[in-house]
Amino acid sequence: MLTFVQQLINGLTIGSFYALIALGYSLVYGVMKLINFAHGDLFTLGCYIGYTLLVWVSAFLTSLFGIWGCLAVGMIVSAIGVGGAGILMERVAYRPIYPAGRLPAVVSALGVSIFLENFIMVVWGPRYLAYRSSFIPTAYWQIGSFRITILQVVILVLSFLLMGLLYYIIEKTTFGAAIRASSFDRDTAALMGIDINKIIFFIFSVGPALGGATGVMVGMYYRQISFTMGWVYGLRAFTATIIGGIGNIPGAMIGGIILGILEMLGAGYISAAWKDVFVFIVLILVLIFRPTGLIGEKKAEKV
Amino acid sequence: MMKKNKILKKAGILIVVAIALCIFPFVASTYLVDVAFFFGIYALLGLSLNIVLGEVGLFDLGHAAFYAVGAYTTAILNTRLGIPIFVLLPVSGLTAAGFAWLVCSPVIHLRGDYLCIVTIGLGEIVRIALLNDPGGLTGGPNGVFGIDRPTLGGPLVIDTSIGFYFLIWIVVGLSIFGLVRLQNSRIGRAWNCIREDEVAAEATGINVRSLKLLCFILGAGLAGLAGNIYASKMMCVSPESFTFMDSCMYFCIVLLGGMGSIPGAVIGAAAIGLFPEIFRSLAKYRMLFFGAAMVAMMYFRPAGLWPRKRGGSGVK
Repeated sequence: MLTFVQQLINGLTIGSFYALIALGYSLVYGVMKLINFAHGDLFTLGCYIGYTLLVWVSAFLTSLFGIWGCLAVGMIVSAIGVGGAGILMERVAYRPIYPAGRLPAVVSALGVSIFLENFIMVVWGPRYLAYRSSFIPTAYWQIGSFRITILQVVILVLSFLLMGLLYYIIEKTTFGAAIRASSFDRDTAALMGIDINKIIFFIFSVGPALGGATGVMVGMYYRQISFTMGWVYGLRAFTATIIGGIGNIPGAMIGGIILGILEMLGAGYISAAWKDVFVFIVLILVLIFRPTGLIGEKKAEKV
Repeated sequence: MMKKNKILKKAGILIVVAIALCIFPFVASTYLVDVAFFFGIYALLGLSLNIVLGEVGLFDLGHAAFYAVGAYTTAILNTRLGIPIFVLLPVSGLTAAGFAWLVCSPVIHLRGDYLCIVTIGLGEIVRIALLNDPGGLTGGPNGVFGIDRPTLGGPLVIDTSIGFYFLIWIVVGLSIFGLVRLQNSRIGRAWNCIREDEVAAEATGINVRSLKLLCFILGAGLAGLAGNIYASKMMCVSPESFTFMDSCMYFCIVLLGGMGSIPGAVIGAAAIGLFPEIFRSLAKYRMLFFGAAMVAMMYFRPAGLWPRKRGGSGVK
């Protein structure tokens, strides 16, 4: 029971990371029908931007806003930077190629991913970097015999706020309706007067921005960052997207949280070395019984 | 008459290419011959994935798993039981094919991106399983080493770069011959039909499920052969040669070359396999340029370097 609750808390934290990254995949996939393979590396870029800010100008920032303010500034700047990178990526690598079809866009996405990963390596160096621990709050609450750190609480609250906000925008506002309409049928939506370019701008800035903010949170939570971590997180988040049903916003959130909890329970009860195998086997089982994810795509296959 | 001339011309080109390939290792340096060997391995893997991705249009981003099964089958059976490499060549192919049949049967009904993530999952499961050394068989992160060189009986041992060069390119040549025949067969046409429109294919009486499974089995079998040759060339295999990144590279080989195009797969293998070698002088910027080049390639030639011509049907 003890392990279970502890792993549940840890799983929920990691799950919210996956959910936030998964939202980026799902937003882009929904409208563009493109798996943005570079999304994991955009997330890594977020980690590194956050690292640079927190290490280089943290003294100045802390004197202005205090420790929490400094972390907040780190996350906001990282989100803006990565959002900008996302838009740039769309302009340079996707927009000119998109008319050629889906598959060239996939290769282009893989190319961007390799480019970004190596760009980060060239700029920040190939070694592991560590977030400075003096800037990370380490306090925790001991409830009974398990513990929950303040950082975990902040991460959970923040992620759920961000997810709630995005859910609200997508499901309740007119602009969200336009996004849903374009993901249902882009051409018809354009004919109805929806400005597709605005929507593309939104999905390619907000998706990566969420990833960038998550990057800073992951950096604070695990401390250690490396330029190759994008593959791992990207793959997990993509798995989460699929478990929930690709192109489906609530599905991505639920998928992410389920994946995080499964991974931690797998690590706690089965074996840390085999946890990824456990996750993928669950994924395959989910897909065997529900071929379009737990929540599923909302539209029927057109013939 | 025109047709006969065309065939003669084609045969002429083929003979010239074959002679050039035969002379090449004797005039080039050992380094170049080794590069050409790995180009051959990439070509074989590209051809094998081309069956799944190019002919049938199924997204397979876990192809390294089949390659790994072939390589580890060879490695384990050779080092534990001392079975000669050439005997293991068909065994590795069949094991990889059997593995594909086993793991793809339950998931073959998935569509598009869902199948894609399952193949990614399979690739990762295989890699992690190899890393975790189940039953002490796979040697964990170190892998298996001490694999024999292939012997042709008696003193005839393939142990030079030139020997391996001929081995891989003979296998590639035979595969190309088989695949061209297959492409024009009833099965090949049915595969293309599934790629263009699955529902229509099913409506015309094509057994979509078993043909999809067949393409995975054949693709995996060829990848298994590549694994066998790779294992005996390197004399050791380790899980780091079979990562998700490698699967992505094979995927790019097929798409850079041109979907469903057999010469395209070979050209794509050249692009992916030779690029990092040619631009070694760029040092750490090499992969940066590689990524940018992939984007640029898709911009200038979205259909690939050598797109498949659709014979006669006029369908684009």
